Amino acid sequence: MTTKLFGERVQRREDPRLITGQGRYLDDLGQDALAAAFVRSPHAHARIRDIDVSAAVDVEGLVAVYTWEDLPERVRDPLPLLIPHPALTHGRTAYPLARDIVRHVGEPVVMVVARDRYLAEDAASLITVDYELLKPVVGVEEAAQGVHLVHEDVPGNVGAHMIQEVPSAAGLGAREAIDAAPHTLAFRLDIERSASMPLEGRGVYARWDADDRSLRVYSSTQTSTSVRMAVAAKLGLPLPSVEVIAPDVGGGFGVKIVHPWPEEVLVPWAAMLLGREVKWTEDRREHFVSSAHERGQVQHVRVGFDDEGRVLGLDVTILHDHGAYTPYGIIVPIITSTQLLGPYRIGAYRVEFSSIYTNTVQVTPYRGAGRPQATFCMERTMDKIAAHLGKDRAAVREANFIHPDEFPYDQGLIFQDGRPLIYDSGDYPESLRVLKGLIGWDGFAEQKERAAAEGRRIGIGLGCYVEGTGVGPYEGGHVQVTSDGRVHVSTGLTSQGQGHETVFAQIAATELGVPLDRVSVVTGDTRRFGYAVGTFASRAAVMSGNAIALACRKVREKALGIAADALEADPRDLTIEDGEVRVAGNPGASIPLATVAVLSNPLRYAFDEEAKRATQFSGAASMDRPPVAEGEEPGLEGRDYYSPVRSTFASGMHAAIVETDPETAEIRILRYAVVHDCGRLINPMIVEGQIHGGVAQGVGGALYERMAYDEHGQLLNASFMDFLMPYATEVPLIETAHLETPSPLNPLGIKGAGEAGVIPVSAVIASAIEDAEGIAVDRMPISPSELHDLRSRAGS
Amino acid sequence: MKPSPFDYHAPRELGEALEVLAGTAPHGKVLAGGQSLIPMLNMRLAAPSHLVDINRVAELDALSVETGGVRVGALARHAAVERSPAVAAVQPLLPAALRLVAHPVIRNRGTVVGSLVHADPSAELPAVLAVLGGTVRLARHGAPERDVPAEAFFTGPLESAIEPDELAVSAFFPAPPPRTGTAFQEVARRHGDYAMAGAAAVVTLDEDLRIASARVACVSAGPVPVVLDLSEVCARRPAASADWEAVAAAVRDGVDPDDDIHATARYRRHLTGVLAERALRVAAAEAERVADGRAAVRMSEGVDDGVNHGANGAGEDSE
Repeated sequence: MTTKLFGERVQRREDPRLITGQGRYLDDLGQDALAAAFVRSPHAHARIRDIDVSAAVDVEGLVAVYTWEDLPERVRDPLPLLIPHPALTHGRTAYPLARDIVRHVGEPVVMVVARDRYLAEDAASLITVDYELLKPVVGVEEAAQGVHLVHEDVPGNVGAHMIQEVPSAAGLGAREAIDAAPHTLAFRLDIERSASMPLEGRGVYARWDADDRSLRVYSSTQTSTSVRMAVAAKLGLPLPSVEVIAPDVGGGFGVKIVHPWPEEVLVPWAAMLLGREVKWTEDRREHFVSSAHERGQVQHVRVGFDDEGRVLGLDVTILHDHGAYTPYGIIVPIITSTQLLGPYRIGAYRVEFSSIYTNTVQVTPYRGAGRPQATFCMERTMDKIAAHLGKDRAAVREANFIHPDEFPYDQGLIFQDGRPLIYDSGDYPESLRVLKGLIGWDGFAEQKERAAAEGRRIGIGLGCYVEGTGVGPYEGGHVQVTSDGRVHVSTGLTSQGQGHETVFAQIAATELGVPLDRVSVVTGDTRRFGYAVGTFASRAAVMSGNAIALACRKVREKALGIAADALEADPRDLTIEDGEVRVAGNPGASIPLATVAVLSNPLRYAFDEEAKRATQFSGAASMDRPPVAEGEEPGLEGRDYYSPVRSTFASGMHAAIVETDPETAEIRILRYAVVHDCGRLINPMIVEGQIHGGVAQGVGGALYERMAYDEHGQLLNASFMDFLMPYATEVPLIETAHLETPSPLNPLGIKGAGEAGVIPVSAVIASAIEDAEGIAVDRMPISPSELHDLRSRAGS
Repeated sequence: MKPSPFDYHAPRELGEALEVLAGTAPHGKVLAGGQSLIPMLNMRLAAPSHLVDINRVAELDALSVETGGVRVGALARHAAVERSPAVAAVQPLLPAALRLVAHPVIRNRGTVVGSLVHADPSAELPAVLAVLGGTVRLARHGAPERDVPAEAFFTGPLESAIEPDELAVSAFFPAPPPRTGTAFQEVARRHGDYAMAGAAAVVTLDEDLRIASARVACVSAGPVPVVLDLSEVCARRPAASADWEAVAAAVRDGVDPDDDIHATARYRRHLTGVLAERALRVAAAEAERVADGRAAVRMSEGVDDGVNHGANGAGEDSE
């Protein structure tokens, strides 16, 4: 195979389009559509007494106003609970428009449709809702006391409660193991809320064709196939009459995997009802208060360990702030509690979480999805063990590592896919060795001393993680070679800028032996591929990548069979190179893939010169069998699916050097190093891009981002002026090294890379600040103001 | 995030702009650079029924270096002022502060006078005007223009002495006296954010290079820029032997910052002390350099400025 593109640093093919304004995002579509706007609750918890729309009806250009009362059956039902779980005993989801009670600021109450968005907002501002205020429940610890309730029928505000316990080899429970350990520590950790915050918010645009009763919906979603099923079910339409397309999507980071959003149901419904195109584009303020957040947890940790720092028992209790609703189930706290163990062999482990309702925006996965909290917990634990024993922090980690000869390694837990948490492969000691070299771990003490002599404070930190990627159930790929020799690849999952057009094309070009520029890729369009799950959990490359490879192999086999007939050669002697099927050792004997595609489809009618070769009098066909043999299909195309037995586990280790200003308490990241192992790399440049973006978001979580709710449940920083995401100026240069430990679980040997960068950053920065300051850092994010407070309390 | 309906006016002459303002007051709002106003309109935090867009009033797009200072017209963009060598030569504190204002794209559009009128106590330019003792010139239909000094102009957070029918046509930033250095120091959460604390400093030395006058204006330290005269604390010593700790303590005593989601009042107070001290030290060093260097430069350029330059370049400056 000369067309070796797998593993190459191929430039992203989507970028010229996306960075020159040629992208088609949701709001670029439907310029003539009616616009929807929503009246949203200004209160965190209130009963709706009355809605008065009379002042709005005079707004010129107003088309419709809807409240919950106006919604028909199914549409008016609560939104689906997407991932039920036995431990989620009190799952609750919102109504698409509030019915009686609002449970967070931003909950939609009234839908307005008007000629344009300006008028829709004018009308919305004239609608008055009479609220009876109820006691807002804010703060996970206050909520857990259960004095006031978010949902009247959920006692204690506990949506879910779950315990997983893995005894030690000797059969000790974690608590027994801790009590019996030579050393024990107990501490509390806090992680603030943040959010996915894609540059492009959510958005829905629906077109109803009344003549053939079909609906086309464009949604800025991470799962068009699932939105399609939800919309068809809600609106009572046959599935074949509904198409859902994810156009170019300006970032998702998890928030757009949730579906159907109220707007994804209401906008198509209104389009059907009104017989007009309707569009809603979320604005930034709406995104802050009406989509989803993540991360907020309080963790109580007890750990017992030996003189080497080996963890004999670990007991973690987590209060997980789930906001007002649980549409995505309890995936986030499950991931936290299972991925907490990282690359370590832990003696005995017990984890208990309570998923608590509060009168705040609902919590659903955001890139990393519970893992940053998990890694913060485990890595803070490792640092505290090292500090307690006076040992090197890297050495304590090494003492706990699972070793390369121990794979597959069963952690004894049930993962987010309902399957056993079994690590498939990895090389953690080697990762650490490479990381230490990259950051200069061993020489840092002298560097720190030299800095101190100049009155500067610097510190070094590290963090390790393991990430379950490529969760099932499946993805599919369809590959078609058309008679012009072009290769059309489609898969049902969606793209939000990850570079799928490039990596999937690399896979197809490599498998089929065609030049990259002949391959085109379509994602997230149900017209092209109807069966899919979605883009989340670092799964696109693993799932669709393998499915596309398998589909390509089918096409390849078929092409070789047809070419073998045409060339009168043995298929085993054939190769495909540069889009031509060639006979090995016979340079003259070849047939273009384009011609193979023509021959693959027996024709009665020649539509062009080339097509004549496939018609009935061309003499090409064998007279001994039907033109389309039994078990065959016309056309040079193939479809296949990849469904893994369980997740594949990528891993990585990060280290940073930070400087803290002794006077101003400013925190600056001087260096940031990443060692990353996602199995075989399809495109190292794209993997590095994913890591860079992830680290940038991680820096946000470590130093900047928080959702500042006051005691009334008002979000005080619902704008980009006050919700601080790092700029390029706040993100350090990221130095990267790759390990490639192939996954034995899938044909391509790959693991996911999408979320990796974000996972350990808070842990790493906390570790480094702690090293610089000599003060425990147990809450993230940390601001200069908070560091100043820590110093004051420590008396330094 | 779309604004409420408003009538849009786009006058081409100053007189016309003032007439419109007079006719629509108090329901009109002036649009210059729009870097604060447009987001406020879009979030419906402001809902004026008339928007008076002055961007076509050519005479307001002025920037002149006058005797004794810089006059900045209402349409002079931050970037134009920041990049003007003439401005930098006369009042270096202006470009120094402007480099800290938000980001280049905002400075390309935003105006200096607009920032003053917005009167955000966290913003750099009000502090610069305050510490320099500058003025804002206000015009009103059918009335003479009036110059309002900074200390009277800033009346509260986002509040100034401008009346609804008035237009701020320019601001005047006085040039520093001889042997004077200036500096601006701030700490923001992110590059370009409003500062959690910061200080604009002006230090003037006497002929013996002792600190004759030291003033700071602190940002995010109160409802308006907080101007503190620290001359007494500096006790007419040379910078090298001034009691900077006492200076920082005096600054901390002199400010009254608030808590917000980005920083506690306690931290802001601490930080203001640190930054005021740093700014004053830099300004004092700059003043020493100016006192020293000005003579040297002028001598080498052969400029006859009536100054008697000493052989060591530290001549007496009699301007």
